[in-house]
Amino acid sequence: MSNDVALHGHPEVVGSHEAHAHHHKETFITKYVFSQDHKMIAKQFLITGMVWAVIGGLMSVLFRLQLGFPDESFPWLEDVLGRWAKGGKISAENYYALITMHGTVLVFFVLTGGLSGTFANFLIPLQIGARDMASPMMNMLSYWFFFGGSIVMISSLFVQTGPFSGGWTAYPPLSALGDASPGSKVGMDLWIISMAMFIISQLLAGLNYISTVLNMRTKGMSMNRLPLTVWALFFTAVLGVLSFPVLLSGVVLLIFDRHAGSSFYLSDIFIASTNTALPNEGGSAILYQHLFWFLGHPEVYIILLPAMGIASEVLSVNARKPIFGYFAMIISMFAITVLAFLVWAHHMFVTGLNPFLGSVFVLLTLMIAVPSAIKVFNWLTTLFKANIRFTPAMLCAIGFVSLFISGGLTGIFLGNSTLDIHLHDTYFVIAHFHIVMGVSAFFGMFAGVYHWFPKMYGRYMNNTLAYIHFWGTIIGAYLIFWPMHYEGFAGMPRRYLDYGIWESFKQFAELNKFISIVAIITFALQFLFLFNFFYSIFKGRKVKDQNPWKANTLEWTTPINPGHGNWPGEIPEVHRWAYDYSKDGRDFIPQTEPIDPNESKH
Amino acid sequence: MEQAAPAKQNLWGGGKSPFNVEYGKTMMWYFLMSDAFTFGAFLISYGTIRFSSHAWPDPNHVFRSFPFIGEMNVPLAFVTLMTFILIMSSVTMVLAVHAGHQRNKKEVVKWMIFTIIGGLMFLGCQAWEWWHLHHQGAWWGSNPFINIDGTPANINFTNLFFTITGFHGFHVFSGVIINIVMLIMTLNNVFEKRGSYLMIEKAGLYWHFVDLVWVFVFTCFYLF
Ligand code: HEM
Ligand SMILES: [Cu+2]
Repeated sequence: MSNDVALHGHPEVVGSHEAHAHHHKETFITKYVFSQDHKMIAKQFLITGMVWAVIGGLMSVLFRLQLGFPDESFPWLEDVLGRWAKGGKISAENYYALITMHGTVLVFFVLTGGLSGTFANFLIPLQIGARDMASPMMNMLSYWFFFGGSIVMISSLFVQTGPFSGGWTAYPPLSALGDASPGSKVGMDLWIISMAMFIISQLLAGLNYISTVLNMRTKGMSMNRLPLTVWALFFTAVLGVLSFPVLLSGVVLLIFDRHAGSSFYLSDIFIASTNTALPNEGGSAILYQHLFWFLGHPEVYIILLPAMGIASEVLSVNARKPIFGYFAMIISMFAITVLAFLVWAHHMFVTGLNPFLGSVFVLLTLMIAVPSAIKVFNWLTTLFKANIRFTPAMLCAIGFVSLFISGGLTGIFLGNSTLDIHLHDTYFVIAHFHIVMGVSAFFGMFAGVYHWFPKMYGRYMNNTLAYIHFWGTIIGAYLIFWPMHYEGFAGMPRRYLDYGIWESFKQFAELNKFISIVAIITFALQFLFLFNFFYSIFKGRKVKDQNPWKANTLEWTTPINPGHGNWPGEIPEVHRWAYDYSKDGRDFIPQTEPIDPNESKH
Repeated sequence: MEQAAPAKQNLWGGGKSPFNVEYGKTMMWYFLMSDAFTFGAFLISYGTIRFSSHAWPDPNHVFRSFPFIGEMNVPLAFVTLMTFILIMSSVTMVLAVHAGHQRNKKEVVKWMIFTIIGGLMFLGCQAWEWWHLHHQGAWWGSNPFINIDGTPANINFTNLFFTITGFHGFHVFSGVIINIVMLIMTLNNVFEKRGSYLMIEKAGLYWHFVDLVWVFVFTCFYLF
C-alpha cells in the first residue's frame, strides 16, 4: 500500500482536506453546533467545561456554607433551592448528594472532558502540523456523547429522589441497592447512564488523539521533535483508552446487581430502612473497588498530564529557555503512564486488602514520586536564571508547579500504608488531592487558556483582570486547603455533615468558618476569569502579530484566525525541536527554520 | 503532505505513518486493546468471585443438552459445535480479506456471506442455549444447578455466565452488523471505486478479536 493511502485511507478524506482550505458553505449548524473542525470542538469542550465548573463550584459553596456555619440557617437558600434546603438548612441527604455531584462533575466533566477535551483537540493538529484530527466525525461524536452525558447527569438533580449520594467513587452496596438511600434509586441509574456515555466519549476521543499523533505528523515532525504538550496529551489518551473500559465493566456488573438480582458486589446484607435481610451471597464489594480504582488512579493522571504538558510549554516559552531535560520529561511521563496502572490499591489500604499486598502497592506508589520529582526538577531548572516574562499564562504555570510540589509531598505521606491507616478518609486526603489534582490542574487549564486564547479567538484577554484573578485564586487555594491538613492530622473525617457534636473537633469550628469564607470569595473571583474570557472573545485587544509570544511551535505559523484546515497553503515542514530559545544569540528559532550548518548543538 | 517517501526515510520522521497503516487501522488496534481490557476486567471479576467461592457447579452437568435429541446426555457437545462454527467463520473472514487484497469482488462477497451466516448461526446457538438454561430455571439471580460437591447452588455461576456470555454475544451481534454493512458496501462497489478493500480488513480484525475472546470465555465457563 502506498504510504499516501496509508496516511489518508479513504480518498474522500484526502479530498475534503484539500477542499477545506478554500471553499465550503458553512451554515450556523455545521460551523458552531455540529462542527467537525477540531478548533471549534475544542471551544465547545472548553465552554461546556466552564459551565460545569460553575455548577460544580457552586455546589461546593453550598456545602461549605453548611460546614462553616453548621448552627445557622439561611432562609434565602430555601427560596433558591426549594425542598433542597428546607428551613434554610441543607439536609443530610442533600449534603451527600451535593458532595457526590461536586466530585463527579469536577473530576470527569471539568478536569477530564473540559481539560483534555479542549487542549487535545485544539493543540494536537495545530502543533503536529495536521489539517484536522484523523477522524473529524468521531471527534464531533465524542463531544456530543460528552454533552449528552452532561445532560443526563444534570437531569439527575431534578428527579424526585435526588441525584446519587454515595460519593463520586460510587461504592456498593450504597450504589447497588435502591433501598439503601434515596439517592441510590433513579439518581444512581442516571449516574451510570451518564458515565457510560462519558466513557464512550472518552474512547472516541482517545482513539482519535492517538492515531492523529502517530499518523498525521507533518514532514520532519519526528516523535522526538514533538512539543511536550503533544506528548502529554498522547499519554493521556493512552491512559484513558486502557483504563476507562475497566470502569465500564465495573458499572455493567453494577447494573446487573441493581436490576437483575445478581450479587457480584453483594453479600450478607441487612437493610435497616426496610428491615430486610437480602438473599445475596458470595459477591464482594472490594471487587468493585479494584475495578473502580483501576480507572480511578489513572484518572488522576488523565487530569494531571495535560496540565503538565501545558505548563512545560508555557514555562519554556516565557522563560525564553529550552525546556530542561526534554527527553527526561518524556521518559518521566512514560514512567508515570506505566506506574499509574500499578498503584490503584493505595486507595484501598484500609478496606481489607491483604497487608502484604498493600506493601507491594506502597513500593509501587512511592516509585511514582521519582518521575514526578524529575519533572519538578526540570521545571525549576528551566526557570533557573531565566529571563522570565511574567505573563498571566506564565504565572499560572508557575502556580501549577508550586501546587504540584505541595500536593505531591503529602502524597508521599499517604502512600505509606501505615500512615494511611490514620489519614485515610480524613481531611488530609481532601487537602492532598485538591491541591495536587484539583487546583493544580485548574492552574494548568488557566495557563493554557491565557496562552492560547489569542490563537483561539484572535484577541487577547485582559492582563489586569488576569493578574488579579491569578493572585486571588492561588492565595485562596492555599488558604482553603492548607489548613485542612491540620484537621486531617487531628483525625477529622471527610464526608460528615456536622462536626459540632465531637469534643475533639470543636477546636476547628472557627477554622471551618474561615475556610468557608475564603472558599466563597475564591469562587466569586472565578467570575472575573469568566467575564474576562467572554468579554475578550468579542471586545478583547486584537492580535496583530502572527506569533505574539515569540514561540517556536507550529500553531503560530498559521494565520491569526485559521480556517478549517489550519494552513491556507502547504503544511510547513519541520526541521528542529520546539525549544530553540536564546540560542546562538537569537531569541527564538521556529521549528520550521532549517538547521544552519554553523549552528551550535543543543 | 504529499511526498514520495524515499526508501530509507526515518519511519517516525513525520509526514508518513510509522507503521505504514492508515489511521483507521491504528484506531482499530487501539480499540481492540481497549476492548481487551473490558473483557479482561470481566474475566478477572469472574476469577475473583470463582476463587472466593467454596464450590462451583460442574459444567459437564450443566451443559449437557443438545437440541432435538431429548434428554440424551452429551456433555459439552453443543458448545463444541458453537465454537467450531465461530472458528470456521474466522477462517471464511480470512478468505474474504485475502480476496479483498486481490480485489476480487465476487470472492469477497461469497466469503463475507459465509462469515455472516457463521455469525448468525453462532448467535442462534447461543439463543437456544440461553433459552434452554432459562427453561431449566437459570437466570440472573437464580441458579438451579447444585455445586459439584453437592452443596447448594452458587448463585454467582449463572450471574457471571449470563453477563459475560451476553456481553460477548453482544459483540458477535455488532460484528455481524458490521459485516453486513461491509457486504452491502462491497455489493455497491464502494471499495471497487475506492481501489482498496481496507475496510474489510478492519472488520476482519474485529471479527477475529471477538473469536479470540470467545476462546477465553469458553475456557472459563465450560472447561473448568
Ligand atoms: C506523589 C505522588 C502521589 C502519591 C504517593 C499519592 C498517594 C495517594 C494515596 C495513598 C491516596 C489514598 C489516600 C486515602 O484515601 O487514604 C491518595 C488519594 C488521592 N490522590 Fe494521590 N498520590 C499522589 C499523586 C496524586 C496525583 C498526581 C493526583 C491527581 C492528579 C492524586 C489524586 C488523588 C485523589 C483524587 C485521591 C482521593 C481518592 C479518594 O477519594 O479516596 N494523587 N493519593
Ligand atoms: Cu491513586
